[in-house]
Amino acid sequence: MIHLMTRLTKKEVLHVAELSNLKLSEGEVKKFLPQLSKIIEYVSQLSKVNTKEIKPTSQTTGLTNVYRENSNELGETLTQEEVLSNTDGYNGFFKVPAILEGRTNK
Amino acid sequence: MNKYKIIIGLEVHIEPNTKQKMFCRCQQDHFGKIPNSNTCPICLGLPGALPYINKEAIEKIIKLGLALGSKINNFSRFYRKHYFYPDLPKGYQTSQLDSPFCIGGELLGKKINHIHLEEDAGKLVHETIDGEKVSLIDFNRSGSCLIEIVTEPVFNSVIEVIAFLKELQLIARYLDISNADMEKGSMRLEANISLSLDGKLPNYKVELKNINSFKFLEKAINAEIERQSKALNSGEKLIQETRGYDEIKKTTFSQRTKADSHDYRYFPEADLPPVELDNSEIEKIKLKLVELPEVKRKRFAEKYKLSKEYTEILILDIKRANYFEEAFKLSPNLITSIANLMVNKNLDKDFSEPAGLIRKILELTKVDYANSSDVEESISKVLYENPDVIKSFKDGKGQVIGFLIGQIQKKLNGKGDPRIIQQKLLEKLHE
Amino acid sequence: MNLPLTIKETQEGLKSKKFSAVELVDTYLEKIKKYNDEYKIFLTINEEGAYKKAKEIDNSDFTLPLFGVVGSYKDIFLTKGIRTTAGSKILENFIPPYSATIVKKLENAGVISIGKLNCDAFAHGSSGENSDFGTTLNPWNKEYTAGGSSSGSGAALSSGMSLISIGTDTCGSIRLPANYGYLFSLKPTYGAVSRYGVIAMASSLDTVGPLAHTVSDVETVFNVIKGKDYLDATVTEKSINNKNSKFKIGIPKEFFVGGLSKEIEKNIGEVIKIYKNENVEFIDVSLPSTKYGISVYYIIQPAEVSSNLSRFDGIRYGGLRDSFGEEAKRRIMLGSYVLSAGFYDAYYEKAMKVRTIIKNEVDSIFTKVDALIAPVAPTPAFKLGEKTNDPLSMYLTDIYAATANLSGIPAIAIPSGFSDKKLPLGFQLMAPRFGEDILFKLGKIFELATDYKPKVAF
Repeated sequence: MIHLMTRLTKKEVLHVAELSNLKLSEGEVKKFLPQLSKIIEYVSQLSKVNTKEIKPTSQTTGLTNVYRENSNELGETLTQEEVLSNTDGYNGFFKVPAILEGRTNK
Repeated sequence: MNKYKIIIGLEVHIEPNTKQKMFCRCQQDHFGKIPNSNTCPICLGLPGALPYINKEAIEKIIKLGLALGSKINNFSRFYRKHYFYPDLPKGYQTSQLDSPFCIGGELLGKKINHIHLEEDAGKLVHETIDGEKVSLIDFNRSGSCLIEIVTEPVFNSVIEVIAFLKELQLIARYLDISNADMEKGSMRLEANISLSLDGKLPNYKVELKNINSFKFLEKAINAEIERQSKALNSGEKLIQETRGYDEIKKTTFSQRTKADSHDYRYFPEADLPPVELDNSEIEKIKLKLVELPEVKRKRFAEKYKLSKEYTEILILDIKRANYFEEAFKLSPNLITSIANLMVNKNLDKDFSEPAGLIRKILELTKVDYANSSDVEESISKVLYENPDVIKSFKDGKGQVIGFLIGQIQKKLNGKGDPRIIQQKLLEKLHE
Repeated sequence: MNLPLTIKETQEGLKSKKFSAVELVDTYLEKIKKYNDEYKIFLTINEEGAYKKAKEIDNSDFTLPLFGVVGSYKDIFLTKGIRTTAGSKILENFIPPYSATIVKKLENAGVISIGKLNCDAFAHGSSGENSDFGTTLNPWNKEYTAGGSSSGSGAALSSGMSLISIGTDTCGSIRLPANYGYLFSLKPTYGAVSRYGVIAMASSLDTVGPLAHTVSDVETVFNVIKGKDYLDATVTEKSINNKNSKFKIGIPKEFFVGGLSKEIEKNIGEVIKIYKNENVEFIDVSLPSTKYGISVYYIIQPAEVSSNLSRFDGIRYGGLRDSFGEEAKRRIMLGSYVLSAGFYDAYYEKAMKVRTIIKNEVDSIFTKVDALIAPVAPTPAFKLGEKTNDPLSMYLTDIYAATANLSGIPAIAIPSGFSDKKLPLGFQLMAPRFGEDILFKLGKIFELATDYKPKVAF
């Protein structure tokens, strides 16, 4: 059984914030640390439950093989105007400050 | 010579030629469309949108897996792979993890780890507008189907890599899965490269990305091998990183990536029920597979005994290979001319029907066609000698015509006009 | 005019020309304009659109199933061309280019959409106090919360601002506002109603359901919104064939423990007596795994929330991620943590496995009974700002709700009286997956037996 660190460290909180693409203030980090620790400690009680041979449930419908069949019908696309309607576009593109980092994938 | 063993593993992405994207009904082929005009709420990642599986994509990946000798998983499902990047609208990519559609496989002796389905991201371009450095995003490609083939780290030279990719491309074209065109982006490569003194897998690998042509592939990989070689020779420690190739400088360069970005926090995609395939379904697809390039090569070599180069050119396009075989059936003794004119002059482009090419050849070689009565005599003889075949034809097996025409041409020493033969033969059979 | 409180009354009134659809809209809008600033029920009012539709209805031949019914939607449902905020500042200016499937279904059935309802931001909450646009007040007593997260959905009906409304329920959020509002509501089976166009909270737990003043109206609306949608792969159309005339209801002993207010316990005791009088049998049952339900829920829900909120990067729509409220940030952090490398097996995967145990336990109980009875909340509505400090109470609130969401079963909230403080009281019934019919039948039995009459606060 994996040893569960139920008390979070500040380093962990900052790491998780980065994973979540959230910039937290010092105050927020201070506030979240005990709150998250408390919840993690509580939910860790699940480690006591015997789940040997139990399959995980990721969804309760029990459905399988739900496909869009081979259809030659293309769906309705949004117009360029609709796509850009909630922001300021640039020549039909979305514009953001230069992204200096490369993709981590693909 | 290089004292290091080269170890390369490949991640190849192929854009299948499905009609629709992977999880929505937008068009998969976005070529020529104005930016952001080929999206819907789903592939744009609008709040509230949900995915729905495109069955055609599954059929294509299974065909590919079967062609590469993979085991098709009876149970597959999609996962969410989380990372933040502006061209990834949902903040996660719907992909696969522990139950991909195809497991294992092999091509040209190189082992494949697995093949899985996923969706593509949008396109990012960097520009300077009014002195400001910006990135522009177009989501037309977002949500498109992608097939990813991951190999084991079993390549030891660039030549092996190129041969593998070319054969993979050929198979993709044969199966009508994709055009797998590197220059057009329908086949993309990432090569994981490392060097090893003792042949064992070292503790680092360099991911070489954005290789978008066969031409640069060779240069890029060689440049990277050289760089790693130099570094190791001077005692430098090589780190795990991602690099791109600079075509002008002819070197690879480091692409800054966010440090902890490889914690993708995968979990099963709850919005998509899993896929269960039973073996009989898979068998059905297997039976419908076309003859693969390697099989065709061997068969051509045995049957037609052309040179390796000629065979390779003919089988490069499955349509031309079929055309060649049709032409051969019509006039087997003209095989040399047929092969010559197809390979060296692409003359088949001018004649949509093989019979047309045959006529042209006869013209060019100024052979007199056999006269009518000779043709009719040969027809009668062949029909007399092959009563079973006549019966087959009358039972509806129309394809025996080809055999009969071949036989008739033999009797005419190849001097028959194929069109006349066919016409008269059919008349006779319908009597 | 006195607003009709049922679909039947509304449609009969329109047919007999007692009033017109336009006049209905006039009256609802009057109510809204008078009380909305104070009670913060609607975030966006669709005045122009409502009148346009009302005129169409008045000129129609009154055949559409929901013709003339004025409806409103929790601001989590996308409505094309009409601002949709999810109760959060981050979407303060978001105008969707498409509508949710159920909105389309309802409008096609003749519903007059009058506006978008306040809610806890991104449905994170159970009191309405987490809305970025102010807390919805309970029309029955404005010092009290209206219940959440579909706080506006309940308050709109009990204040007479809408005839029917739609909410979402991930852990009680449709049932609680009905419970605090003297209303009926349905949390359907997971997979009965399309979630396309509904801003996702927890993908494997979210459900979409109606609130109304009678069982019959809840049923009618459910029948319009349910069913296969080529845009949601988790939806099927099914229903359990229940020819029962005699029902057996289970009383889970784990739900009736300390922490439950005496008032509610007494009220449910009376409810049981009423049902027994109507020939319904009750037996004691046990759901021991429900004690793990909270832990399972507090792992799975934040994990899925953190994933579903990843698309809010401020590029294509909405503000930057800094504008997320505290509750959203907390859940995102928790979710990322339980999914992160090294912790996934121990937390998320473990929770999915325990979820299987809970689901199997609930499924097997339904081989013994047709339905389960439970409180919706351990106390009636509480005062604003007075989040109950009794951990046992908070725990019970979640247990009563989470059982249905974790196992995917339907539940109906039924009003059953008023407290000493004149706040609404109610209870819930749960049935096996696709057993909505059982719930409607049992709900109607209760209505008849108590001679139930719809009530509004003002």
